[in-house]
Amino acid sequence: MEKEYEHLLSVQDLHTSFFTDNGEVQAVNGVSFNLDAGKVLGIVGESGSGKSVTAYSIMRILADTGRVVGGSVLYKGDNIIEWSEKQMRGFRGKCCSIIFQDPMTSLNPVFTVGNQIEEAIRLHTDKKGAEIRARALEMLQLVGINEPDKRLKQYPFELSGGMRQRVMIAMALACEPDILIADEPTTALDVTIQAQILELMQELQRKLGMAIIMVTHDLGVIAELCDEIIVMYGGRICERGTADEIFYNPRHEYTKGLLRSIPDPARMKDRLVPISGTPINMLNLPKGCAFCPRCDAAMKICLEAVPEELTINENHKASCWCNVRDAALKEKEAAGNE
Amino acid sequence: MARYIIKRVLLALLTILIICALTFFIMHAVPGGPFNREKALSAATIEALNQRYNLDKPLGEQFLIYMREFFKGDLGVSLKNGREISAIIGESFPISAKLGLLAVAVAIFCGTVFGSLAALTRNKLPDRIIVFFSTLSTAVPSFILATLLLLVFCIQLGWIKVWSATSHSYLLPVIALAAYPMAYTTRLAKTSMLDALGQDYIRTARAKGVARWKVIFKHALRNSLIPIITYAGPEIAYIITGSMVVETVFTIGGLGSKFVSAINNRDYTMIMATTIFLATLMVFANLICDLLYKAVDPRIQYD
Amino acid sequence: MAEYDVNKVPKKSPLSLQLNLRKFEPATEEEKKQQDVMSKSTTFFRDGMKKLMKNPLAVASMIVLVLILLIILLAPSFIPYKYAEILSINGRRDKGAKNLAPFTYSQMEQKYIAQGNYRFPHIFGTDEQCRDYFVRVIYGTRVSLFVGFFASLIVLVIGLIYGSISGYVGGRTDLIMMRIVDIIYSLPDMLMVILLSVVLKEVLTFPSGSVLEKLGTNMVSLFIVFGVLYWVGMARLVRGQILTIKENDYILAARAVGASSGRIIRKHILPNCLSVIIISTALQIPSAIFTESYLSFVGLGVDAPMPSLGSLANSAREGLQSYPYKLVFPAIVICLIVLSLNLLGDGLRDAFDPKLKR
Repeated sequence: MEKEYEHLLSVQDLHTSFFTDNGEVQAVNGVSFNLDAGKVLGIVGESGSGKSVTAYSIMRILADTGRVVGGSVLYKGDNIIEWSEKQMRGFRGKCCSIIFQDPMTSLNPVFTVGNQIEEAIRLHTDKKGAEIRARALEMLQLVGINEPDKRLKQYPFELSGGMRQRVMIAMALACEPDILIADEPTTALDVTIQAQILELMQELQRKLGMAIIMVTHDLGVIAELCDEIIVMYGGRICERGTADEIFYNPRHEYTKGLLRSIPDPARMKDRLVPISGTPINMLNLPKGCAFCPRCDAAMKICLEAVPEELTINENHKASCWCNVRDAALKEKEAAGNE
Repeated sequence: MARYIIKRVLLALLTILIICALTFFIMHAVPGGPFNREKALSAATIEALNQRYNLDKPLGEQFLIYMREFFKGDLGVSLKNGREISAIIGESFPISAKLGLLAVAVAIFCGTVFGSLAALTRNKLPDRIIVFFSTLSTAVPSFILATLLLLVFCIQLGWIKVWSATSHSYLLPVIALAAYPMAYTTRLAKTSMLDALGQDYIRTARAKGVARWKVIFKHALRNSLIPIITYAGPEIAYIITGSMVVETVFTIGGLGSKFVSAINNRDYTMIMATTIFLATLMVFANLICDLLYKAVDPRIQYD
Repeated sequence: MAEYDVNKVPKKSPLSLQLNLRKFEPATEEEKKQQDVMSKSTTFFRDGMKKLMKNPLAVASMIVLVLILLIILLAPSFIPYKYAEILSINGRRDKGAKNLAPFTYSQMEQKYIAQGNYRFPHIFGTDEQCRDYFVRVIYGTRVSLFVGFFASLIVLVIGLIYGSISGYVGGRTDLIMMRIVDIIYSLPDMLMVILLSVVLKEVLTFPSGSVLEKLGTNMVSLFIVFGVLYWVGMARLVRGQILTIKENDYILAARAVGASSGRIIRKHILPNCLSVIIISTALQIPSAIFTESYLSFVGLGVDAPMPSLGSLANSAREGLQSYPYKLVFPAIVICLIVLSLNLLGDGLRDAFDPKLKR
């Protein structure tokens, strides 16, 4: 009998660190979110914000120096952090798949495309021989690759960037996983191909109904695709909410900074407003808010204490002291008006 | 694909030709030609030599005649004992070939195994032991190792009999010959295995749910073999030159030791013929490696 | 997750809120900077040297090499024997001083000491020609090291010049120059070396009294051989480096910012080449020593009576059964030198090669 569970995937207070020669790099520091079946979750952040590491922690494919040091990841009620390697092998590729940023280096150069897709099918299903070949062909057709029987026999270097990414998607979806994690799937592609791949993902999501976690630094990609958005910085979640809430009512200084730095075609003559400073050094996380050193509106409390997560409304939560300040000011106003 | 093979073969033949020419003309740069000896040759011998080697003809023509005869199988006559060089090579080369092939096989196979093992147990005990021994081995020249092995195992301990007509022990010579290439291959295999394991496609394979050992043997190993095959060419060259001293030390009657005595005796015809023979061998070995390389790595362009 | 609903704050006056209002004042720049701890900046060279010093094997190798250098430079001042000197006492040849074991004396010497004289001990014994072996090993080391360094220098200079011209000029010149390199590269080097050595030995004659004559035909032919054949690897390396660097975007960026060619060469091209060149040279030295001892072993090395580690090892073969120490001493020295140089080269590569991922 299957266990009762509330969410398909529930990440609770996840902490992941890398133990290097230079010290402990705390890549993920207390990340929690839920993913329900069929929904699309977007994780936005700069390089080094911990978004990819979160994804790899879920799949448990961290590099040798990395380890989940705290928290849990519940898949259909089971904490997969505690699972054995054998159980994880049954999980990866079958229950949850991942596609990576650079399809050229992510595909093995000495094996044909067909070989690599068929490997996934052979691992997780009972199909044999010709059935496997047929399924691989089917998948290639599904992702919109022309002449699929020819492509099966080709090597990755013979395909274009967009086609390789389609192959990655075909490989990931071949065993019909519940969850698809897409780690910067369009970053390495041209803009026109980006649009094609995103469209493909939307279409596949409609057809196959899997949940998607989309990890990216591109705000445009996020806006189109996602039901819920999480903004990360310094291994922590800054803000979460629907696209509308995040874009039109940002409640974290980092999010505000991100949105401000997008070039606005309507204001071409104005100076660009980037976020000052450089991303935080994860070897030495500060006591307070990770974004504080770069924040224009930083307050003394930001230096001392990590902000708690505050509910703005049912679709929107943020971890920024500015909200407490705003609430206090509102209070003062209200008190003053009485 | 055919174009690739043809191009490589033509290049090999060109190289051999150049080597032949260089060898011939360099040998003839010795004052008085290769046939002038400190030992006085009788007039009849000089006459015979002149006739046989057409010494009165211009140098270029001599070269062509020499080449023609060479490929017909007539390599000339040893100045030392008057025997046909082709016969000398014929009887001594099989021994050297056996020694060399054993050494190559040991070096490549053991090197790959140890190197991969070291990569997989990185920074743990097996890795440290393997690194230690392979670093040591790269510091010991083959002739020193050969002499030491001879000293310890043949002379002092008497465990292995010295090479003679009746007892042929290949063990020590193969060890002496294969030590350095094996050590080098080990380091190469370790680096390339580590390199392969760090690639993105390994992460993809794990993410698909492939078992750890299969990731190593199927996905990583094939990619890591590429540099090892590339090194096989120079490795064979090293073993050929190494065999000269190893055979000398262990008093094995192979082509290598014959070559060394030819050098010491200033047996110029022998030196010339053997040089060309061995050089041709090396070039062909390189050619085979080039072709093998293509079989392992499909990315090589048909250039 | 605390659910602190912003809209449900109890209606208290701001002063009585648990939160300290002063904390909500803006943070100053210094306070923010304190939070952001970055690692100290350092130059590439300093960073590399630091890494090198942390490598225990590399440091040990350097110590060993320095020790060996000191010994071979200073020891001959203390030892009264010459490498070619046949031992004699008061002018009379000591025939009994043949193949003495380390620290033993011949009969003649024992009588001499009994008479109250001092005879410097034969630390490594003597060889079959009644010469002190320790001095010979030291001179052999000198010769081997000298050949190793000098040959590597020749390789470096020729290869560097050839490679940089080829790489920098590019175009047709580069094509032709590289074809020549390819041809030389595909020749079996050892065989060619042997060939050249054999011939040069006969051909070279030097004006008497010149430096070259002192070195001996064999050594000079060794250098010639290195100069003719071994520089190709370095040339390829240098050219490859220059080509890659030329293509790199940071060169383009430097040019776009207005840097002059001179500055680009000095600050961008050379430093990036330098580490690779140094590492390659450091690893070339043991290779040269190997080649020299191999040739000496085969009989093509330096002229007798000058010893080289390879020729000493070779002559040790004759009396191997009775006098094994004659092999062991030069063998240990060669291995020590080559090992140290290899480890040092590896250490340099680990410390200075930016492409290596650890």
